[in-house]
Amino acid sequence: MCAASSPVAGRDGLAVLDAEEIRRALTRIAHEILERTHGGDEVILLGIPTRGVPLAYRLAGRIAEFERLVVPCGSLDVTMHRDDLRLHPARALGRTELPAEGVDGKTVVLVDDVLYSGRTVRAALDALNDLGRPRAVQLAVLVDRGHRELPIRADYVGKNLPTSQREVVRVLLAEVDGQDAVMIGEEKEGQP
Amino acid sequence: MKRHLISAADLSRADALLILDTAEELAQLADRPIKKLPTLRGRTVVNLFYEDSTRTRISFEAAAKRLSADVINFSAKGSSVAKGESLKDTALTLEAMGADAVVIRHPASGAAHRLAGWVRGSVLNAGDGTHEHPTQALLDAFTIRRRLRGGTGGRAAPPYAGGSGGSSPRASGALDGVRVTIVGDVLHSRVARSNVLLLSTLGAEVTLAAPPTLLPLAVGSWPCAVSYDLDSELPKSDVVMMLRVQQERMNAAYFPSVREYSRRYGLDVARMARLPDHAIVMHPGPMNRGVEIAAEVADSSRSTIVEQVANGVTTRMAVLYLLLGGTEFPAVTQ
Repeated sequence: MCAASSPVAGRDGLAVLDAEEIRRALTRIAHEILERTHGGDEVILLGIPTRGVPLAYRLAGRIAEFERLVVPCGSLDVTMHRDDLRLHPARALGRTELPAEGVDGKTVVLVDDVLYSGRTVRAALDALNDLGRPRAVQLAVLVDRGHRELPIRADYVGKNLPTSQREVVRVLLAEVDGQDAVMIGEEKEGQP
Repeated sequence: MKRHLISAADLSRADALLILDTAEELAQLADRPIKKLPTLRGRTVVNLFYEDSTRTRISFEAAAKRLSADVINFSAKGSSVAKGESLKDTALTLEAMGADAVVIRHPASGAAHRLAGWVRGSVLNAGDGTHEHPTQALLDAFTIRRRLRGGTGGRAAPPYAGGSGGSSPRASGALDGVRVTIVGDVLHSRVARSNVLLLSTLGAEVTLAAPPTLLPLAVGSWPCAVSYDLDSELPKSDVVMMLRVQQERMNAAYFPSVREYSRRYGLDVARMARLPDHAIVMHPGPMNRGVEIAAEVADSSRSTIVEQVANGVTTRMAVLYLLLGGTEFPAVTQ
């Protein structure tokens, strides 16, 4: 793919997944979730804000399409459980929106855009712990870029992306950014 | 946001909205089995109360505990203050104990401001004399926004719930165009001053309705209108906020008799009927039932008095989180 074909190629680096590839990855993950959970019974999808949430809703849409099964969907904000709160100024909270039936006894699939250090997922597990007792927790990510700092792995991965820690991986989604793409670029000055 | 919360005037419109939006998210905690977050684990919040208080102290204590902070309660009665210790010496003692935040209530206006110069942690003004009570104004703004701008939470999730979507079932945005009438003893009220400042920052139109003797001299410089006639203000009010007649601060005759005050400025059932259908009645508490507010009004469905107490915990959690939850301020480490 030519870098110039993407309108943000200059600013955010190189596109490694385009809209079609993201769509296919999500379709595969949706099938894998159905397979691994024996038909998606008692499954809840919880997206981690910001971009995990539209991904969770997209997966729920695919599952509804394939199996005519309505999978409850929600969002789980992990800000208050993060371990790096004191390294930044206090940040605005995302939204936590649980399906009415709660998480007790369900198989919760956490959905996020990028899996990196694993710290966000650890925070999500802690946040979930305060909300109830799921039967099992699984993790779905669009991109796994490696460099884990905690013993955490994803159950469903859209794309494994070997990266250097100096690189920045950004997932763009139509619901938030106006277009679908996964970008990889060099760290810029002033960025964390 | 600044490091301290001394005055409602310290808050920009963006700061105030951030606090209200944060409180809106934290409000959900009340419906959860575990009403606690680990965010302020290891931080110490000192409640320094030189004046009697029920709801503010308990509210701050509950807010800090729900965020897992350690809370030390200090009341002037039964402490070394009774032996003549000055505010500054008490402040230095707290400083030595490593308080990350000090919540202060003091009978002298300006006490919180002075304290902020002596301690390294954040200072939260919980009422200083007749000056300000900014967290009360925040919880009042939060209550107004929830009641008048919809969003009680718990409704169906939007198809896509990320970001700050307009389809949000939660209350959001400012209070532009909301007409608020604050009634009664403005002269002695820190709640009135903080509310006038904060509500006008948020775009509300505030009118003070009070006898001339109970209005401060400088009221002309406040960002609000003034009226001596409550009855003419009621039909155009979205919110009526009744203030307590603070007899303990009154050292002169501000009105001929309690009965006359009550007849002209008290909110009874007949006056409540003059309000528009959607209007709400607020009171910061504690109430003098039968003086500024009739018991039937206080217990009516329009009254938000109990809601204000619940919202107080949520709003104070938001303030504590935003002041203490992040990195320490550069000014502290220098």
